[in-house]
Amino acid sequence: MKFKRFFSQIYLTLIFIFLYAPIAVLIVFSFNSGKGSRFDGFSLRWYEELFQSEMILDALWNTLFIAVTSALIATIIGLISCIGISALKGKPKAVYMALNNIPMLNSELVTGLSLMLVFAAFGLTAGYPTILIAHITFNIPYVILSIMPRLRQTNKSTYEAAIDLGASPTYAFYKVVLPELMPGIFSGFLLAFTMSLDDFIITYFTRGAGINTLSTLIYSEVRKGIKPTINALSTIMFVSVLLLLFFINRPKKATNEIL
Amino acid sequence: MNKKKWLSTPYLIWMIAFTVIPLLLIGYYGFTTRDGSFTIQNITAIFSPAHSKALLKSLYLSLLCTVVCLLLAYPLALILKNKNVGQGGFVIMIFILPMWMNFLLRTYAWLNLLDDGGIIERIFSLVNIPYQSIIGTDAAIILGMVYNFLPFMILPLFNVLTKMDENVINAASDLGANSFQTFIKIILPLSLPGIVSGITMVFVPSLTTFVISDLLGARKIMLIGNIIEQEFSIADNRHLGSGLSLVLMIFILASMALINRYDKNGEGNAF
Repeated sequence: MKFKRFFSQIYLTLIFIFLYAPIAVLIVFSFNSGKGSRFDGFSLRWYEELFQSEMILDALWNTLFIAVTSALIATIIGLISCIGISALKGKPKAVYMALNNIPMLNSELVTGLSLMLVFAAFGLTAGYPTILIAHITFNIPYVILSIMPRLRQTNKSTYEAAIDLGASPTYAFYKVVLPELMPGIFSGFLLAFTMSLDDFIITYFTRGAGINTLSTLIYSEVRKGIKPTINALSTIMFVSVLLLLFFINRPKKATNEIL
Repeated sequence: MNKKKWLSTPYLIWMIAFTVIPLLLIGYYGFTTRDGSFTIQNITAIFSPAHSKALLKSLYLSLLCTVVCLLLAYPLALILKNKNVGQGGFVIMIFILPMWMNFLLRTYAWLNLLDDGGIIERIFSLVNIPYQSIIGTDAAIILGMVYNFLPFMILPLFNVLTKMDENVINAASDLGANSFQTFIKIILPLSLPGIVSGITMVFVPSLTTFVISDLLGARKIMLIGNIIEQEFSIADNRHLGSGLSLVLMIFILASMALINRYDKNGEGNAF
């Protein structure tokens, strides 16, 4: 039994190293004073260059703007649709859920290409709006998947009680149902935000010339060799998220609620 | 109550505009030539030597990647379940956290680790093991795929295993099954929705990737994803690109059908 526990501990550690080794490398090399794959000494040079690089800061702003906006819109549409879908039954509901699953199960390559074709067919020039529409499209399913189970668990009688006591349906929804859905809404938003932030393939096919997110910027720089300035930026982003999650999860009980 | 139903209509319109019509468009372009007449040449183009070679390579690498992910993830999910870390929360966080570092950058970091003169070579030389860079080989692509998609196998398996009724497992051992029998006869069949969902979530993206082969293949490895991407971005032939995508979609649809059959209630959802 002891042997088994020892073995599982080693296994967990190995997988953990596998997942986080590249991240550790990126962080270490963001402090490299040289440019190559040898560590020449500690320096903050790339962090200084980062804040002078308009190209990177521009891409960062685009990435964050698109992630926040698309996650927000997807959360609103997702929440409203959840309420609508839950009132459906049988076949129509099954059709909705099947359609909802498509962007999640489909290959990003096919989704990206098909959206590119449809934007061209609708006469939309590729740019901010097309990236946003694309991101909202692949984000909504994640939001719905986060909210749906919560909605199923909510107690219908409290809502009906509120109505009986004279609340209007909208008021009852805000006061009774919405608070119960809040954890699902929050985790849906967070998931959508993360997916949008990390997306490359769909953005690559739907962006217009001249607009870069961090992903597309990195992809275009791979050929020339990526400068450690991007490592520096990623390190800052990663550490901020780590700190944020740490503070959110401080009260022990809240951990399960949030993600 | 009836009014509520209409709340789902905007999303239905959205899905038709941005999910259904786009897919139909791929079908339209795939079956037409540049001047708009019907053809099946874009589809049969898959049998040309270069295309079929790329498709077979993609199938081979993605199947291998799926098997490796399953073999790595199942014991991991079992260990996590037995550790009683609780549902979701912390575990999901550990596997989602890497996504906050750009996926291209994380994959690119493997170059630093694996290439000649990279970190792994230096570690190997400390203990005097000869090391040959695997960049540009199948092994590098599989490593990149497993690295990127392993979480999508772990999460559904973990979800299904933690939700499993502990009493069923206890009953099996009460009735005299040893731990191997319990695993084969109880745990494995009950975790099938998670397995199927995990397989799909790993197989589809690895079958269609073009980024991982771009980054770790050193331009030596052409996957079907690379060919389709280049038809659109370089050759500007959306008809041929769509036709080849339609062929790929046969495999994607097959995996979706598999999910619908074994994971109807979404028990194996990753999130």
